[in-house]
Amino acid sequence: MSTGRSNSITEEKYQELDNYIGSLDDTRGALISVLHKAQSIFGYLPREVQRHIGEKLDIPSAKVNGVVTFYSFFTEVPKGEHLIQICMGTACFVRGAEGILSMLEQKLQIKAGQTTADGKFSIDALRCIGACGLAPVMMVDGKVYGRLTTDQIDKILAEYK
Amino acid sequence: MEKIKSYEELKALGEKLSKNDGVTKVYVGLSTCGIAAGAKASMEAMASEIEALGIKNVELVRVGCIGSCYAEPTIEIAAPGKQNVVYGYVNEETAREIVRTHLAEDKAVDNKIIRKAGVADNQIRIALRNCGTIDPESLEDYLAVGGYQALAQCLFEKTPEEVIKEVTDSGLRGRGGGGFPTGLKWQATRKSVSDQKYIVCNADEGDPGAFMDRSILEGDPHSVLEAMAIAGYAIGADTGYIYIRAEYPLAVHRLLIAIDQAKAAGLLGKNILGSDFSFELEIRYGAGAFVCGEETSLIHSIEGLRGEPTNKPPFPAESGLWEKPTSVNNVETFANIPAIILKGASWFNQIGTEKSKGTKVFALAGKVKNVGLVEVPMGTTVREIVFNMGGGIVGDKEYKAAQTGGPSGGCIPAIHLDTPIDYDNLTAIGSMMGSGGMIVMDEDDCMVNVAKFYLEFIVEESCGKCTPCRIGNKRLHETLKKITSGNGTMKDLDKLKELSEAIKDTALCGLGQTSPNPVLSTMRYFYDEYVEHVKEKKCRAGRCVALISYYVNPVKCIGCTACARVCPVDCIEGSVKQVHTIIQDKCIKCGSCMAACKFDAIVKK
Repeated sequence: MSTGRSNSITEEKYQELDNYIGSLDDTRGALISVLHKAQSIFGYLPREVQRHIGEKLDIPSAKVNGVVTFYSFFTEVPKGEHLIQICMGTACFVRGAEGILSMLEQKLQIKAGQTTADGKFSIDALRCIGACGLAPVMMVDGKVYGRLTTDQIDKILAEYK
Repeated sequence: MEKIKSYEELKALGEKLSKNDGVTKVYVGLSTCGIAAGAKASMEAMASEIEALGIKNVELVRVGCIGSCYAEPTIEIAAPGKQNVVYGYVNEETAREIVRTHLAEDKAVDNKIIRKAGVADNQIRIALRNCGTIDPESLEDYLAVGGYQALAQCLFEKTPEEVIKEVTDSGLRGRGGGGFPTGLKWQATRKSVSDQKYIVCNADEGDPGAFMDRSILEGDPHSVLEAMAIAGYAIGADTGYIYIRAEYPLAVHRLLIAIDQAKAAGLLGKNILGSDFSFELEIRYGAGAFVCGEETSLIHSIEGLRGEPTNKPPFPAESGLWEKPTSVNNVETFANIPAIILKGASWFNQIGTEKSKGTKVFALAGKVKNVGLVEVPMGTTVREIVFNMGGGIVGDKEYKAAQTGGPSGGCIPAIHLDTPIDYDNLTAIGSMMGSGGMIVMDEDDCMVNVAKFYLEFIVEESCGKCTPCRIGNKRLHETLKKITSGNGTMKDLDKLKELSEAIKDTALCGLGQTSPNPVLSTMRYFYDEYVEHVKEKKCRAGRCVALISYYVNPVKCIGCTACARVCPVDCIEGSVKQVHTIIQDKCIKCGSCMAACKFDAIVKK
């Protein structure tokens, strides 16, 4: 991929972010909302984006970084093409989520919080998505898979390969 | 919808909308769990079947959580003059069958019925009164069940003081955890003198295993909006914020729809229903931090800062959001308000126990057959909830404990199954109400491992501001890891206890002060399990991986190779029709072989 192309995409993305910031009536207390928006546009929050947001909202970039690193929802590293989020809430835990997670880690050869070498999959361990009725549960790109057993993992991963 | 300009107009509209002209309603549970289980496809299948058969007088209604989460997708059929019937496990095929048999021929599909409403059900639904019976995305549906009439009554017939008195007299206490009397909180916020005050709804349901707030927001969002406006009127605030976690996209979606509808109808915004009262609402998103359920942390997060707690006093009622007086109340607390206003404090305070009035919604999960939401009067026993409503333990195994109050709470062992649950009793037995998550554990759960699980959670979620929580919990977690890996000493057990007490006494916020509870509570009731881990290096539940091994029982093994094929590390040797063996030093103890064996030939020791 040429750098020119990625830069032009970045420019558009910055534009989209700036439009969002411009649309806010009041930027007081808006930092977290802006970071949510930025992460949905860029996929993650690289330092230069954090600096940009700091300038736009007139907040020191150290403070922006402090907020980014405080909340587990925000990430400073890019995620894989498909995001696997496995619920590690108590209900899922007592119904065997640990086994599902270790099976996923085995199959993809990565640990929770990491991305596969080919950039296809990331695994995140989440704290309860509130779908305890279907425990154990995981989400792939937002789609919920419930009542999981370890032998379903291959089939689910195959949907995204 | 056009703007509703007065109380009279609202009343007339409500009356008009509440008329049901003999239509059979089919409620389809479309909350997060229902959708994940395929409820949308079931609803479409029903719609096409109804059309194909030309059935008239039937209306399919999208609703929130019906409460029987274990049997999703679920539907409820309400025919005029007949008992409601709830069907479970309604896949597309069953959905069509229900249309052909129940709706077309008026014959029940018996084997799919999970519940007949009104039978052997000790629930009293106040907070959940509309969940499962109205379309959460329809303002008309909410108005038809008396929606926004409580707000109108407050605005036109009650002074703010009278509203607060009603809430105080009802005895309602905060449903998010602490159990502080809601009326007192409102009164303190009203008394504070300021040009600007705020109402905040805490929808940051971070307690793992609790999902009642999500269900209320997905099933009946307008009731929360109405209650927030009532609270605003009572304390003198013209602005409210709903702080909701980003993990709940469907709840956010439905809240946004509800806010737009209420604004368009003049039920939020400037001069509500033609009165002098104005109230604006905004949504703010959480970003994955458990500590933000603590009110001062939550306030900092709304301000766009790190969600770290601050010392109280000053309480938010004096100095909260942007240093203005603020009342922070939880979703379930708000959901009770309109009912209290309409039916009166004296109706509400007859339900429940002496010091805990009304009902509590419990999210029943874990090793219980009927996972779901139940709303019961305060004072109901765990036995009633787990064994009657919950149907008992999965596989009829032995009940070991129920964890309430999440990571800040404790466990309720079998000896307390008959303790009536209210705020004070739970505290007395070493647990807490918390938000109402109730995770049932059976003989296969190791209580030391459960304590370790919660401490891991706390270590990750501690904001790091105060040392007892940041460092103390880390040490607790390390000690628990040591014990569960078979390296613990009796001295470690004493240290666990001592350190837990110290953290409890010295941490800054509610999260920190309650963080050692899982340790203290499991040590109080399951000390023998701790001792077993230390002295005998044994985990009786077989959950602590370092203390167990898998073996093949040579008598039962027929050499089918099923175990060897699923083993992820190829540590099972043996050829077809020969007894297999597990190479212990290669085994990662994942348990896949045990799950795969159809002859019970794999044993865990």
